[in-house]
Amino acid sequence: MNWIKTKNNKPLKISDIPLLQSDVLLSETVKECKINKRPVGFFGTEEEQSIRLFILLADDLNSDILVSSCVFTKGAKYPSLTCKMPSFHMFEREFYEQYGIEPTGHPWLKPIRLGTDKDYPFFKMDGEELHEVAVGPVHAGIIEPGHFRFICHGEKIYHLELKHGYQHKGVEALFVDSGRLNNCLAESIAGDTVIGHSIAYSNAIESLSGIQITQKAEIIREIALELERIAVHIGDLGAISGDIAYQMGNAVFGVTRTLIINAMLDICGNRFGRGLIRVGGVLFDIDDSLAERVKATLDRAVADTERAAKTMFSTSSVLLRLERTGIIKKEKAVDLGLVGMTARSSGIDLDIRKDHPYGNYKNLAVKCDHPSGGDVFARTYIRYAEIKRSAKIVYALLEILKNTKGDKIILESSNNIASDSLAVSMVEGWRGEIAHAAITDNNGKLKRYKIKDPSFNNWIALVIAARGAGISDFPLCNKSFDLSYCGNDL
Amino acid sequence: MLNTLILRCFQGKQFIEEPENAVLGKKFRGIPVLNSDKCDKCNKCVPVCPTKAIDSEPFQLDLGKCIFCGDCGRACSGGAIRFTNDHKLAATKRQHLIIKPGTTVDDYKNNSIKTKENIHKIFGRSLRLRQVSAGGCNGCEMELNACSNANFDMGRYGIEFVASARHADGIVITGPINKNMAAALEDTIKSVPEPKIIILVGTCAISGGIFQDSDVLNRIILEKYKIDTYIPGCPPHPLTFINGIRRYLA
Repeated sequence: MNWIKTKNNKPLKISDIPLLQSDVLLSETVKECKINKRPVGFFGTEEEQSIRLFILLADDLNSDILVSSCVFTKGAKYPSLTCKMPSFHMFEREFYEQYGIEPTGHPWLKPIRLGTDKDYPFFKMDGEELHEVAVGPVHAGIIEPGHFRFICHGEKIYHLELKHGYQHKGVEALFVDSGRLNNCLAESIAGDTVIGHSIAYSNAIESLSGIQITQKAEIIREIALELERIAVHIGDLGAISGDIAYQMGNAVFGVTRTLIINAMLDICGNRFGRGLIRVGGVLFDIDDSLAERVKATLDRAVADTERAAKTMFSTSSVLLRLERTGIIKKEKAVDLGLVGMTARSSGIDLDIRKDHPYGNYKNLAVKCDHPSGGDVFARTYIRYAEIKRSAKIVYALLEILKNTKGDKIILESSNNIASDSLAVSMVEGWRGEIAHAAITDNNGKLKRYKIKDPSFNNWIALVIAARGAGISDFPLCNKSFDLSYCGNDL
Repeated sequence: MLNTLILRCFQGKQFIEEPENAVLGKKFRGIPVLNSDKCDKCNKCVPVCPTKAIDSEPFQLDLGKCIFCGDCGRACSGGAIRFTNDHKLAATKRQHLIIKPGTTVDDYKNNSIKTKENIHKIFGRSLRLRQVSAGGCNGCEMELNACSNANFDMGRYGIEFVASARHADGIVITGPINKNMAAALEDTIKSVPEPKIIILVGTCAISGGIFQDSDVLNRIILEKYKIDTYIPGCPPHPLTFINGIRRYLA
C-alpha cells in the first residue's frame, strides 16, 4: 500500500503511514496528481540522522486525504516535481529551505523566508528599453511588508517577482517550543483570519485528544467563521473601490464592515474574534437577545451591501477597470494549484466546507452563483455573492442554535494528546483553504506543527495576473487577491 | 449618478461625533483593575498567561505584554483581576503600563499619558505619520486603517498617515520587530526628518507580545530611540489610538 487514506480532522498513527522509497513516493505523487489529487502538505520532520518527508494530497471528490512519506539522508537531492506539476513549486522551495533537501531542476529555487536583501537572485531581462521598478518592503499604505520587482517596457509589465519573508517570525517553531495549548498564537498567524486559523488549530488538537465539542460550540464557531468572511469581503469591496478611485464605494463598504466587526465585539469582546475560540469549545455564548442583535445587524449590513454593490456594479467607470483585468484562466489556476475564492472565481469548484466538510457544513449549502472569468471583476463580484451566501448560512445557524440550550460552550480540555500521531485539519477561511498538520512525539508533545495559509498557494497567481498588464493596474490586481504576507511568511 | 446620490442619502451621518466620550461594548477588554484583597495567592493566573504579562509577587499586570485574552481573569476564582471596557489605554512612559493593585481606571487614565511639551509649536495643528509593519500579523494594520474610515475619521483632527517617511512627523511601529524587517525599519525611521516622534502600536511592538520567545526577532533598534507613546492592545481599538494620540498632542 502506497498511501493511507484519512479524512479532515481524523488522526493517524505515524506507524500506519507508509514509508516508501523516495523515487516510489515521487512517482506515486505524480500518478495521483494526474487523477485529480492536489497537494495540501509537503513538509518534513527532523529524525535523528535523516529527514522524513510527508506528502498530503487532497482527494476532493471523495473527501479523502492521502498520506504517505519517505526518508532522505541529510543533504540528499531528488528530481523536482515542479517541472511536471507547478502546484508543488512553493512546497518544494519551502522543504528545501527548511531541511536542505534539494529538488534538482526546480526552475525557481529561491529562498522564501530567509533570503537577505543583498544577494537575492532576482530574474533579469536584458533590453535597452526595459526598466525595473522596485517596490517595498515598506509600502505606501498601511499594509504588511513585502518586495515587488517589476520588469517593464514602458507601462507594460513583462515580469513581476515577489520576494517575501519580511514578516517571518517563526510561528511554526513557537507552537512546538511553547509546549502548551496556544490558541492565542493561532489567532496571530494571520490577524485578518483569526477565526479561520483558530478553528484549524483547535480542530487539529481536539482530534488528537479525542475531544468532541458540543453542537452549540460548533455552531458558534461556524457563525464566527462566516461573520469573518462577510466582514473581510465587505472591507475588500471597499478597498477595491478605493484602488479605482470609486470613493463612494470605499466609504460605504468601509462603514458597513464596521457593523459586522462590531457585532463580533458584541459576541466576544474583540472586533476580530480574538478570545472566542479555545481548544474544547468557545468562551462566549450567544444567547437569544444577542442572537437577535446579530441577526438585526446582519440584516442591515446585507441590505447596505446590496444597495452599494448594485450601484457599484452598474457604474461603467467601475466596470471598465475591473473587467478583463488580471485574468487567471481555469487551466492555469488548476496547474498552479490555486485555492479558495481565487480558484472559484476562475471556475474551479473547490470549497473545503463542501469538499471536506466538518460540523454543520455537512448539512449546509455553501455554493453560490458567481462569474468565473478569472478577471478582477470575477474576483470582486464573488465577494458580493459570498457575502449573501454566508449571511444565509448565519441565519440558518442561528436557527439551529436555538435547539442547543442545554449544551455547554466549553469542555474541559484534557492534556491527553495522542502520541506518535498526525492530524490534518482543513478550514475554508475567507481567502481559501487553511491546512494545519500536527505531528506528536511518543510523549504526546507536538513535534512538528505545519501551517499552510491559502496565500502560500495563491501568491503566484498575482505574478501571472500581472504579466502583460499595465503597471497602473497592479494595485487593483493585488487587492483583488488580497493575500496575506504573514500567512505566507509565518 | 442618481443611484450614487440615493446611496449617499441612505448612509446619513456615520461618524462618531465625540470619540473621547465613546463607550465600547460591555465585553470589550480594556483597562484592567487588580484587587489584592480578593487575591488568595493561588497563583493560577500566572501560568495561564500566554505572554508572561502577570506577576503574583508583586501582584501586577503589564499592559505592554498583555494581549487582553482575559484568561487570567477567568482563571482567578476570587475575582481579583477584572477587565473594564475602558479603551483609553495609551501611555507615554513604559512603566505607566504596569497596573498595580488599587490602581483605578481614573488613576490610570489621569497619569498614563502626558501631552508633549512644545509639540504644538513644532508640528502646528497637524500630525503626519508613517507606519511600518515589522513582523506583525495585520491585526494592528487593519485597525490603523480603520482610524481613517468614515466612522472614526481621524483626519478631522489633522492626524493622517502618509505614504512617504520624508513627509512624516513621526513613525508608527507595529509587529514584534523581526530580523528580516529590522534594517528596513531602521532606514524608514532615519528617513523621517527631525524632530520626530516614535509611537509603538500593539503589544507585539511594545514587548514582542505573543512572539516574545521567537528566535527570529531583533528588537535592538528600539534601544536606540526614545519612544514617545505606547498604544497597548491586541490589536488596539481605533478609539484607543485616536484618543491616545489626541491626548498626546493637546
